Amino acid sequence: MDKKTLIRLFFQMLRIRIIEEKIAEHYTNQEMRCPVHLCIGQEAIPVGVCAHLTNEDYVMSNHRSHGHYLAKGGGLKCMMAEIYGKANGCSSGKGGSMHLTDPSVGFLGATPIVASSIPIAVGTAFAGQLKGEDRVSVAFFGDGATEEGVFHECLNFAALKKLPIIFICENNLYSVYSPLQVRQPEGRRISTLAKGHKIETHLGDGNDVINVYRLTKKAVERARSEKGPSLLEFMTYRFREHCGPAFDNDLGYRSKSEALGWEHRCPIKKMRKFLGDKGIITDGDIVQMEKEIEDEIDSALTYAQKGPFPTEDILMDHVYAS
Amino acid sequence: MPVQRIRPFFQAINEAIAQCMADDPYVYIIGLGVPDPKGIFGTTLGLVEKFGPKRVMDMPTSENAMTGIAIGSAIVGMRPIMTHQRIDFALLALDQIVNQAANWHYMFGGQMHAPLVIRMIIGRGWGQGPQHSQSLQNWFAHIPGLKVVMPTTPYDAKGLLITSIEDNNPVIFLEHRWLYHIKGHVPEEIYRVPLGQASVIRQGKDVTIVSTSHMTLEALRASQLLEKEGVRTEIIDVRTLKPLDQATILESVRKTGRLVVADTGWRFCGYSAEIIACVTENLFDELKSPPIRIGLPDCPSPTSPALSRYYYPGANEIINAALKSVGRKTNKETMYIKPTKPHDIPDADFTGPF
Repeated sequence: MDKKTLIRLFFQMLRIRIIEEKIAEHYTNQEMRCPVHLCIGQEAIPVGVCAHLTNEDYVMSNHRSHGHYLAKGGGLKCMMAEIYGKANGCSSGKGGSMHLTDPSVGFLGATPIVASSIPIAVGTAFAGQLKGEDRVSVAFFGDGATEEGVFHECLNFAALKKLPIIFICENNLYSVYSPLQVRQPEGRRISTLAKGHKIETHLGDGNDVINVYRLTKKAVERARSEKGPSLLEFMTYRFREHCGPAFDNDLGYRSKSEALGWEHRCPIKKMRKFLGDKGIITDGDIVQMEKEIEDEIDSALTYAQKGPFPTEDILMDHVYAS
Repeated sequence: MPVQRIRPFFQAINEAIAQCMADDPYVYIIGLGVPDPKGIFGTTLGLVEKFGPKRVMDMPTSENAMTGIAIGSAIVGMRPIMTHQRIDFALLALDQIVNQAANWHYMFGGQMHAPLVIRMIIGRGWGQGPQHSQSLQNWFAHIPGLKVVMPTTPYDAKGLLITSIEDNNPVIFLEHRWLYHIKGHVPEEIYRVPLGQASVIRQGKDVTIVSTSHMTLEALRASQLLEKEGVRTEIIDVRTLKPLDQATILESVRKTGRLVVADTGWRFCGYSAEIIACVTENLFDELKSPPIRIGLPDCPSPTSPALSRYYYPGANEIINAALKSVGRKTNKETMYIKPTKPHDIPDADFTGPF
């Protein structure tokens, strides 16, 4: 991998981290009046995956979508405005954090019903195949989604039609507060489920952006060369609560030592050390990056905070398309 | 009068699909059994030969995923027609229909749309029982973002299906099994019947009967006898439950002052209640008698013909209601129209199994 790519991956993870932290910081002001599911700790997966996608490729996401949206190139200003419920938001204030969209970059949409956006992603890949287009679709989902019937239905159909789709499972071990061990059989990996459908599958370290990048590269090449779907399971961990800005390790549903262990495996710290050790970036470079990102966020926050609220006259708009 | 081109309802559906597919390369049809030898009551026969297996597709028995896949294809430019042999099976796909398709345009601020037709077959009789003959149109009509269409005549079946396929929204298209062999005039060329327009199929000044799908045929039978009794009925076939053509219904009730609603579904929380609410909210003072609704009793659909005969209302119940609304003495037990066939089959030729 060339230096430029490595730096770009690092920068994008750092950008998502700082944006999410800024949302957490401002959330308590009660101006963002919708649930937010922050992806702090999980940044390597969207960044490593989306690095291989163009604006022509499609992404569908779930409730924890900020990272996917930003990594795919979704506009920051209209995302912030959407979370603030403003008319200049990416969904005109009708969607909020759980319904981000930026069709101009192929981020079609995020929806929070668990696993529910997976078939829609498969449908976009199906349409591409029917139309003879050269596009790849990606479905992002969590470990909980693999317990839904529709996930298995999708694997079956994607394999049947050899669709250009990549299933990305971000396994962060918890469905809200329910740990994996009360939900899935011991010793059976999610990635092996896809093998039963003869879908190419790999298990990777979701906190190692280079690992994510490399595994996804192969999956995207497979999809582009009409060899069919892949499923990649990436192990990761959300640092904060399921929904909201806070840390919640004091609740006792996961141990402090477990959380601490994952904190040591923070994807950004890891990449920072790697790049530092290789002499690819310096602390000064990072300070510069942070400044650039913070300036961008400040301007996005202003855009969101000063943006107009939608007015009553648009309440009934867009129920039906004309 | 121009020459009538008489065709059965199932063929009208078939023509609508074929002509839309010929007209627009992005239209495809998918559903369990779509290309099979029975061809969904004949509605999909010959399509695979005409348009090939890439546009006329069978599918895995995965109603929920396949509906999502159809939606996904629709938001990036395709125009899928999804077909379910029974509405009851489509319930597996409610997440995709209600959470996704219905909301898609609105929740992303109008940037995308999901043009999708979901055909669902409803019906009655021949022991179809609790899970093969439910009539759940009111569920879908309850959801903002969906359109709900229920044709009665072959002419409307073709014209409404063409309009539904060309519509940029998810449309639930409900076909009653007992209508497939009803015959009527069906023009050969492509034509459109607009959504959101009810059809006044009989004019009269005494009682307005608002009906859906197969109950419109029962209303027509009832109206002939009522005419002999001196009660002139105006029959309005709703055709599209959503958007509802309130104006046509209100105009009629303004004239008659009396309303009977005959729906194929359950009475309780049913579509008939919506029609009555619409009329009483707008014309309360002009009503000469309380509106009456005719629908299914509040129990599951029984299988045995010995029970189903008490379950499904028909022309006799409509006659009874209309007479009651004009202040005549009525008797629930009276068979105003003597049956010419067993109650659990659509016509004398029907021998099962579905």
